[in-house]
Amino acid sequence: MSRNNSSRSPLHGLWALTNRDLKKWYKNPFLFFMTIVQPVIWIGLFGKAMNIGAVFTSNPITLPPNLNIPPSVQTQLQQALSNLSTQMLEKTFGTTDYFSFMALGMLSFVMLFTTMFSGMSIVWDRRLGFLNKVLSTPVARGSIIMSKVLSAVIRSLAQAGIVLALAFLLGLTPGPDFTPTNLLGVFAALFMISLGLSSIFILIAIRSTRFETQMAVMNLLNLPLLFASNTLFPASLMPDWLQAVAKVNPITYVNDATRQLILYPLNVQQLVFDFAYLGVFAAIFTAIGILLSWRYLSR
Amino acid sequence: MSDDAIVVEGLTRVFNKNLVAVDHASFTVRKGEIFGFLGPNGAGKTTAIHMLTTVLRPTEGNAAVCGFDISKQPSEVRNCIGVVPQEYTADEDLTGLENIILCADLYGIPREISQKRAEELLELVELTKFKDKRVETYSGGMRRRLELACGLINRPHVFFLDEPTLGLDVQTRVATWNYIKLLKKEHGMTIFVTTHYLEEADMLCDRVAIIDYGKIVAIGTPSELKEVIGGDIMTLSVEDSGVDISDVIKRVPRVKKVKKQDGTYRVKLEEGEETAPSIIEAIRAGGHKVTRLSLTKPTLDEVYLEYTGRSMREEEEGKESFAGQRIAMRRARSGQR
Repeated sequence: MSRNNSSRSPLHGLWALTNRDLKKWYKNPFLFFMTIVQPVIWIGLFGKAMNIGAVFTSNPITLPPNLNIPPSVQTQLQQALSNLSTQMLEKTFGTTDYFSFMALGMLSFVMLFTTMFSGMSIVWDRRLGFLNKVLSTPVARGSIIMSKVLSAVIRSLAQAGIVLALAFLLGLTPGPDFTPTNLLGVFAALFMISLGLSSIFILIAIRSTRFETQMAVMNLLNLPLLFASNTLFPASLMPDWLQAVAKVNPITYVNDATRQLILYPLNVQQLVFDFAYLGVFAAIFTAIGILLSWRYLSR
Repeated sequence: MSDDAIVVEGLTRVFNKNLVAVDHASFTVRKGEIFGFLGPNGAGKTTAIHMLTTVLRPTEGNAAVCGFDISKQPSEVRNCIGVVPQEYTADEDLTGLENIILCADLYGIPREISQKRAEELLELVELTKFKDKRVETYSGGMRRRLELACGLINRPHVFFLDEPTLGLDVQTRVATWNYIKLLKKEHGMTIFVTTHYLEEADMLCDRVAIIDYGKIVAIGTPSELKEVIGGDIMTLSVEDSGVDISDVIKRVPRVKKVKKQDGTYRVKLEEGEETAPSIIEAIRAGGHKVTRLSLTKPTLDEVYLEYTGRSMREEEEGKESFAGQRIAMRRARSGQR
C-alpha cells in the first residue's frame, strides 16, 4: 500500500476549509442575493432615513420680525445664522455632508454584522460531527480556526465593497485629498478590523455547543461596540465615560481611517496611528485564536 | 513495526472530573483483522474511538496506532488512519465529489492524485452517477457510502468505523459490510468497528471486545466468547416418550448436560455438528427412534447479555453526541422514505 502525501505544506487544508465555507455562500443564490440586498437596506435606512445632518440644514433659523436694528446689519446677521448650521455640521462631523460621514461608518457596521456569524459555523460543525472528522485528519489545528476567520474576512470585505460602491452611487462625495489608490488603504483597514473581529467571535465559539449562548454573546457585544464608537455619531460629543470606551474600541479607529482616506483632509499622523492600532488589534486576537485552537479545539 | 495495529494500555478518559467514560481499557488489535467493539449505549465506545483517532486526549494511559503514540505523535497517527464517524459529516451544500476532494485536501494530497483516487472510490461505493449532485439530495445509504469513500481517501492502514450501519436498511447494511470485507481483502487494512448489530459482528469480525461502563469485560473471537457461555443446545424428541433415555445421551462424549422437559430432551453439548450424529447413533443403538431434532448455537447476543446484563442504559454520552446521533438517525430515516 502506498501513501503519497509527501508534498504537504503547513497551510494545507487551510484554503480547502475556507473555500468550503465560502461555497455555502456564493453557491447559494438566496444567500448571495441577501448579501447584496442587505447593504442596500442598511445604507438606505441608516444613511438616508436617519439623516442627522438634516436637523441642522432643513430648519433655517430666521430672525424675529420686529428687531430694532438697521436692515443692513439684519441681512448680515441672517447670513451669519444660516452659515452657522453648516458650521455646526462641519464642527461636529468633520464634514458638511452627514450622509458621507454615515456611509463610511456603515462599512464598520457591515464588518461587525458579517463577522459576528463566523462563530456560529464552528458551533454547527461541532454539532454535526464535521469538526471531529476534521480533527482526526492531519490538518493543522490553527488552519481549522483560520479557515473560519478567513472566510468571514472575505465575505465581509466583499460586502463592504458593495456598500462602498453603493454609497458612491447614492451621493458619497470624497474629500479634497481623495485619490482612487486610497481605496487600497480603506480595504487594508477593513481587512484588519475584520480579522480581529472574526477572531474574537470564533474564540467565543471555540468550545461552545449551543447556538443560544452564541446568539446572546453576539447581541451583548455588537450594539455596544457599534454605539460606543464614532460610527453614527462623533465620539467627541459623548459623555466622558463613553468617550473612554470609544477610545479603546477598534471600531472607532477603522471609522477614522476610512474617513481620513476618503472624506477628511488627510492627517497622516492620525492615519498612521489608526493603522497601528488596528494592526495590533488584529495581530493580538488572531494570535490568541491560533494559540487557543491548539489547546481547546479538541476537548 | 510489530504485528499489532493498535495497542491500548490503560486508556482512560474522565469527563467533568467524575464521569468515567473509558476506564483503564487495555487491548490489542492485530494487523489486518476486523476488530469489533461492542457495548451498550454510553459504554464508552465512541469516546474510545475519539481517543484512538486523536480527537480527544486521554486523561490517563496511552495507546499506539500504527506504531505511533496517540499523545506524542498525533500527526503521524492521523496520517495513517481513516475515520468514518457515527454522524453524517459530509457537507450537505457540496456535491459528493467536492466532499471527497475536501477530505483529500485535509490530508494534503496533491490534486492530481486526489482527483484520480476520488473517482476510484466513488466507483467502489457506487456513487459515480451521483458525484455531481449535492449531498442534500442523497439518501441515508448513499451518505454512509460517501462517508466510507471520504475515510479511505488517504489509503489508511487502520480504518475506524463508528456504527457504520446505524439506521440503514438491510440491503445497505449488507452492501456496507461487503465494502468493508473487500477493503480488508484487497488492502490488508485493519478495521476497527463499533456496532449494535451483534449478528453482523458475529459474522464479520475476526475478534470482538465487549466494553461496559468503560471497562473491557470480554475479548476474543466470536466463537471463543460463545464457548465461554457454554456449548450448543440440541433439542430432540424420540418415539415412545415414556422411557427416559437421558442416561443414554449423557454417555456420549462431549455431552455436558441433559434435561428432559415435556417429552423433549434439551441437551447442552460441545461442537454440536460433530456430536449430534453420535447422539443419534447412541439412541438408535438403544432401540429408540429420533423423531425431531434441532441444533442451536448460542448467539453473540447471549454472550453480550451475559456480560452486560439486561437492564437498559441511560444515555450517558453527553448532549452533544446525542444530538449528533439524533440528526444522523433522522437523516437516515428520511433518506429511506
